[in-house]
Amino acid sequence: MKKIQLISGLITALVCALVFHISAQNPKAKYGTFALTNATIETVTKGTLKNGIVVISNGKITAVGENVSIPQGAETIDCKGLFIYPGMIDGGTNIGLSEIGSDPRTQDFSELGDVVPQMKALTAVNPNAVPIPVTRISGVTTAFASPSGDLFAGTGALINLHGYTPEQMYAGFEGVVLNFPRSGRRGGFDRRTDEEIKKASENAMKKINEVWERALQYHKIDSATKGRDAGFYPEMQSLLPVVRGERALLIEVNAEKDIQAALKWVKEKKISKVILTGVAEGWRVADEIAKAKIPVITGGVLELPTRDYDRYDQAYANPSLLLKAGIKVMIRSNETSNQNYRNLPYHAGFAVAYGMDKTEALKAITIVPAEIFGVADKIGSIEVGKSANLFVCDGDPFETKTQVKNVFIDGWQMPMVSRQTLLYDEFLKREPGVKK
Amino acid sequence: MKKIFLLLALSFCAAWAVAQDKGNMLIKNGTVLTVTKGTLTETDVLVKDGKISQIGKNIAAPQGAKVIDATGLFVMPGIIDAHSHIAIDGINEATSPVTAEVAEGDVINPLQISIYRALGGGVTAVHAMHGSANAIGGQCETLKLRYGTFDGDAMKMEGAPRTIKFALGENPTRVHGGGNNIVPRTRMGVEFVIRKSFSDAKKYMEDWDSYNKNKLVKGFRGAPPVYNLRLETLAEILKGNIIIHCHSYRADEIFMLLKVCKDFGIKRITFQHVNEGFKVAPELAAFGAMASVFSDWWSYKFEVYYSTAYNAAILTKNGVVTSINSDDAEMMRHLYHEAAKTQKYGQLSDDEALSLITINPAKQLGIDSRTGSLEVGKDADIAIFKNHPLSIYGVPQFTIVDGIVRFDRANDPADMRLMVDPKQNIDEPTFIEKGRDNCMDGTEFLFSETDKK
Repeated sequence: MKKIQLISGLITALVCALVFHISAQNPKAKYGTFALTNATIETVTKGTLKNGIVVISNGKITAVGENVSIPQGAETIDCKGLFIYPGMIDGGTNIGLSEIGSDPRTQDFSELGDVVPQMKALTAVNPNAVPIPVTRISGVTTAFASPSGDLFAGTGALINLHGYTPEQMYAGFEGVVLNFPRSGRRGGFDRRTDEEIKKASENAMKKINEVWERALQYHKIDSATKGRDAGFYPEMQSLLPVVRGERALLIEVNAEKDIQAALKWVKEKKISKVILTGVAEGWRVADEIAKAKIPVITGGVLELPTRDYDRYDQAYANPSLLLKAGIKVMIRSNETSNQNYRNLPYHAGFAVAYGMDKTEALKAITIVPAEIFGVADKIGSIEVGKSANLFVCDGDPFETKTQVKNVFIDGWQMPMVSRQTLLYDEFLKREPGVKK
Repeated sequence: MKKIFLLLALSFCAAWAVAQDKGNMLIKNGTVLTVTKGTLTETDVLVKDGKISQIGKNIAAPQGAKVIDATGLFVMPGIIDAHSHIAIDGINEATSPVTAEVAEGDVINPLQISIYRALGGGVTAVHAMHGSANAIGGQCETLKLRYGTFDGDAMKMEGAPRTIKFALGENPTRVHGGGNNIVPRTRMGVEFVIRKSFSDAKKYMEDWDSYNKNKLVKGFRGAPPVYNLRLETLAEILKGNIIIHCHSYRADEIFMLLKVCKDFGIKRITFQHVNEGFKVAPELAAFGAMASVFSDWWSYKFEVYYSTAYNAAILTKNGVVTSINSDDAEMMRHLYHEAAKTQKYGQLSDDEALSLITINPAKQLGIDSRTGSLEVGKDADIAIFKNHPLSIYGVPQFTIVDGIVRFDRANDPADMRLMVDPKQNIDEPTFIEKGRDNCMDGTEFLFSETDKK
């Protein structure tokens, strides 16, 4: 009898091992109570704690400190020699909206039409997009999934990079994206005549002015009728919260003249919640942006100078120059064509190498984005009561060789795998090798 | 008399200019990353006539030699980009699936600002490549970044072996099968085009050999074969005198070309991009083929969807001579950072990571006896960094080509153009948007707006 028990026990163990082996191919996120101990904690908002503990429970950070008690039943993760940082936030992505750069069938970030603010990124994000795990295991836990295209391109959404439905991923911010009309050539490949460019630019300005005028009208009617009689104008309904200052307008603008035009436009229209994005030539007009008190999402930092006669490192230096002018600066990767949002810390790192203060650069990808997106009560730093969006690594997160060991999103412990790591595991020592 | 004096003065100037092409200098007290012979602290590097003449401690500065104080700085071999499209005025001769007869060496543009910007990233030599529109593209040129010269030929690295661009997969099939409605439209077609070209070249070579042999025979009356530059070039590949650099992505097409090379006795080949090289790493190693890859680019098209950033590490650990390239005027400015990514993705050692952008690309271009490491006798192509080049905080301070400082971070003016485009608007950006595929430059006319990439 004992023998049978032993054998059946062995079989059970074997089956379990087998099942575990199979499930290890697609491991799941884990939820529960965790205590990350013995870590150097970079809170971002409240200094650095040596040899500290972070307790995660019910999705939240419930304790941070050097002497906190570990709740019973908590899973302890020893972080001796390791560092804990808040999850990084990339404000320039189309994650979940694009899978393969050259294949339109896998792309959902650019709808037809140039006034389509009602197009919502949040509902089109594919929670199972391959780039999502690739991004999050590098410590980028949150991203602004942005539509792009002409003029009013849609409504983007801040999402956490874990979850199976838009509701589960939503990180508490949506904003309308406006590609501000360009007055100049788009680049060397833009073969339009000067006349054509001028005309296109004037037409585009006329158009956004008309749209704004209509939105104001709509707001008046909607207010007067208490929302009953304004009629069904979905694009106007999407602009309504922007007109009322309840939702941010993200204005993508890069050239010096266009930034000036955008600042003037925002002032004229008295738009209260505005974020400038891109801002490649922001350093040329940094004082004007600072005076307007408009925050900026700039990047990618790893870019060429915008003009042939500019200093070779001008793009690397842009974030620090904006910051020095007194602008609230957030750094984005903007690596949309390669889905390489995992490089966000390197964009911040290059900003440091070319002049930005290191602490400020860290803020520019954590707490500053949280503040600009109005979710600083939930994410962006390691503080009690915030969502447990954080990562554990073995060194300076900007340093290229630093390994990210653990990632938590909304308190869920992420499996540290992506298709790219699975391919590594399979092919490092391929079997069979040359001969079968 | 005045005229003679002027002539004399001019010829003196010309001689002076030539003499300036090879420099003398002493780099004092740096941390010297030789790449092939370890790391030497507090060490000097002496340069004479453009070559490294001595590496050691406390070398006395020769009289009149320029001295760079590298105390606290890192001295490494100049970075080599095995895949670039800068400094040339034409990229794709996309008029036929086979264009072995054209050469980048004919269209060198030494005035591009991108050359100076590359120097700002510690790059001293690039492989200026034909694009990837054709299964067999044009010949490429290995250039030294002697920025300041107005003579395109002066950029060429004298004595560098000849190289040629091949391309597999989506680009040649889209351009020719899709755009021009001729073979190849599939990967089968690509193989056929290459095999047919080599067969033709073999026949051409044999015809010439037989003619050359027979013409000496008394009474021979045959005519010589018709001279054909395309077949001449292909024959030089078969003879081992031109190295193939093949744009490729998928494992199957890489393996296909290995077999073709085997069948035609071709030994010298480097695969470019080769995103799925990791899947056939043992085969590449066994063949002796090399690989020049991106650090982490993926997902920009379907054939790179199943990529991994661990590619370089897997290839290296399987014994494939691997380099990291840019194919991009921006990325080439931080190849040292791209190389460092192999420490995140695969934990390569410092020397392994640095090899990816120095000695290994030198091997792939056949110039490793002259560049790619800091060794006595080699060309003085050197980059000097503040902070370790594999650190995110590494910043190139000086870039030296043939012993001449071509980039000096502290002292160069902001505007380093050699030529001002008179048509350019002065108060407008010249570059603001990405989305330009260098490798496919010159083929845009074949595609609609939405299908550009």
